[in-house]
Amino acid sequence: MSIVELQQVSRHFTKGKQTVEVLDNIDLTIEEGDFLALMGPSGSGKTTLLNLIGGLDQPTAGSIEVAGQQLVGLSSRKLAQWRARNIGFIFQFYNLLPILSARRNVELPLLLTRLGGGQRKRNADVALTIVGLADRARHKPGELSGGQQQRVAIARAIVADPRILVCDEPTGDLDRETADEILDLLELLNRKHGKTIIMVTHDPKAASHARHTLYLDKGNLVREAA
Amino acid sequence: MKSFPLIWSNLFRRRVRTFLTLFSIVAAFLLFGLLRSIAGAFEMGVNVAGVDRLMVSPKYSMVDGLPISHLAQIEAVEGVDTATHMTWFGGTYQNPINFFPKFPVQPRFYFDMYSEYIIDPLQLDEFERIRTAAVASAELAEEFGWQIGDRIPIEGDIWLRGDGSNLWEFELVGTYRVGDEDTDFPSFLFNYEYFDEARVPETQGIVSNFMVRVSDPDQAAEVSARIDAQFENSINPTRTATEEEANRQFAAQVGDIGLIMNSILSAVFFTILLLTANTMTQALRERIPELAVLKTLGFTDRRVAFLVLLESVLLCGIGGAIGIALSGIALQALGPELEGFLGQIEISAATTLSGVGIALLLGVIVGLNPALSARRLQVVEALRK
Repeated sequence: MSIVELQQVSRHFTKGKQTVEVLDNIDLTIEEGDFLALMGPSGSGKTTLLNLIGGLDQPTAGSIEVAGQQLVGLSSRKLAQWRARNIGFIFQFYNLLPILSARRNVELPLLLTRLGGGQRKRNADVALTIVGLADRARHKPGELSGGQQQRVAIARAIVADPRILVCDEPTGDLDRETADEILDLLELLNRKHGKTIIMVTHDPKAASHARHTLYLDKGNLVREAA
Repeated sequence: MKSFPLIWSNLFRRRVRTFLTLFSIVAAFLLFGLLRSIAGAFEMGVNVAGVDRLMVSPKYSMVDGLPISHLAQIEAVEGVDTATHMTWFGGTYQNPINFFPKFPVQPRFYFDMYSEYIIDPLQLDEFERIRTAAVASAELAEEFGWQIGDRIPIEGDIWLRGDGSNLWEFELVGTYRVGDEDTDFPSFLFNYEYFDEARVPETQGIVSNFMVRVSDPDQAAEVSARIDAQFENSINPTRTATEEEANRQFAAQVGDIGLIMNSILSAVFFTILLLTANTMTQALRERIPELAVLKTLGFTDRRVAFLVLLESVLLCGIGGAIGIALSGIALQALGPELEGFLGQIEISAATTLSGVGIALLLGVIVGLNPALSARRLQVVEALRK
C-alpha cells in the first residue's frame, strides 16, 4: 500500500526575473514500510522533494498525497497539525534546542498532544531508550557528541510515533563509525518498528542501508536501483 | 501551561543580557512605584478637608500674603461664625531633610477652628500664656524624641528676626493628635504674637491665610463671595474657597509636579521599551532556525508567535512585579522621611495594579513585532540559515 504518491509535481523558485526549475513533473510512489534513499548531485532537488513530502513546502504544480492526506492547498495551520501526527524529521545538523535537556528536546512534539507531563516524560524516556541514550536524558546537546545528538534527534522524531521519518543527510556530519551506528538505528526503526523512511544522502554507503535508492538529477528522477 | 519550561529556558538562554534587561525594567518600575505613590500622597490632601470651613488666600499669589487687618473685616462679614489665621513659616530644624510644616497661629482660635485636633486643655493654656511656646503633633514629637519643656531651635529662611538673627527658639509645651489617626498630619505650631513682634518690622502684620468657619455650610458659597467682594478693590484682594477647593487648587499647582513625574516616567518607559524591544529582536534573530524546527515539528505559526510574545510578557511582568515590590519596600524605609512633607505615603492597590498592567502592556508591545516575525517565518528558508 502506497503511503506517498506524487503526481506531476513541479517546484519552481523565482529570483527576481529569473525562474529556477528545481523539480520538473515528478511522479513518485513510496510504499508503506519502505526505506528509500534519495541521491543525486547538489542542486538536483533532493531536499526540495523531501520538504514537499514532509509538508514543509508546497509544489508549483501537481498533486502530493502522503499518509492518506492531500497536502496541496492545505493551510499552514493544517499542514503543521498534519506534520505533528505523521512525520518525524531528522536533519544533518541535528537541530536540537541547545537550552533544553535531551529529554526536553525529545518531549517537544508531545507538547502538541493531550498527554500529561508524567506521560510525556515516560514516552520521552522510552524513545531515548530505543536510541540507547536513556542515561543521557538530563544532558544538554552541548554536552553530547555528534552521534549522541543525532540519536536524540531520532528519539525526538519517533516519540510521537509518526508513520514516516524524513531524514535530510542524517549522517552528513558524522564520522564513518558513528554514521553506521545511526544508519543501523534507522534500519532497526524501519524493520522492527515499521517506520517508512525517506532519506536524502550523498553517501552510497549510507544509501546501501536503504531498501531502494532513487537518483535525482536537475529536478528529474533519472533511475532507480534496488 | 505545557510550553512554560521552553519559554523559561529561552528567557534565560543569555543570562547576562536577560539580567541586565530585567534590571532596567525593575529600575523603571521601582521609579514608577515611588513617583506614583508620591503623586498619590499629594492628591490625598484633597480628601481630608472639611466643608464648613473656608480658606481666604491672596488672590494672585500664595507668596503675597495678606494684612492681618483683614481679620476684623472678615469676622464682620455676614455668615462668618469665627475666623483666625496662619502663616507659612518655612524654616529648618537641624537639617533640611527634617522637613515639616511650621505655622505661627493664634493658639485658642486655631484649636477652636480645628476642633478635630485634640490637645490637653492645660497644655493649650500654656501655649497661649507663654510667648515662645510651641506645640507639635504627637507623631512629630515622637519622631524627633521631643519632650515637654524641650527648647526647639528653628532656622528661619523666609522670616528673619528684627535683631538680624534667623534663629528662632521655641519651648515645647504640648502635643496634639488628630481625631482620625489616618489623616494625622505632622506639623509644628507656635504663638503668632511672639512671631509677629520678633520678626523684621517691615514684614510685621502679614499672614498667609485666614480660616473662616461659616455659620451655615449651605451658605458657604455666598459667604465666600461676600468676603472676596469686601476686598475686591483693595490692594490685597482675596480668593476664598472651601478648604477642599483650596486644597484642589494647591493640588492643581502640584499637578505640574504630577506632569513632571509623568514626563519622567514616560521617558523612562520609552527608553525601556526600546531597550527591551532590542533585546527581544536580538533574541529572535539568534534562534530563527530553532523556531523553524518548532514549526517543522508541528507547532503552528500562531503557537510559535504566542511563545515569543509570552516570553516578552514574562520578562516585563517579572521586572514590573519586582520593581513594584521594591518600591513598596523602599516607601516603607523612606516613609518616616517623607511623611513630614507628604503625610502618610504608601503604595496603593491602584498603583500596584496599574504598574502590573503597564508591565504586561509593555511586554505585549515589545514582543508584538518579534512574535509577528516568528509567525511569518518560512520554515524552508529559516532552516537554511
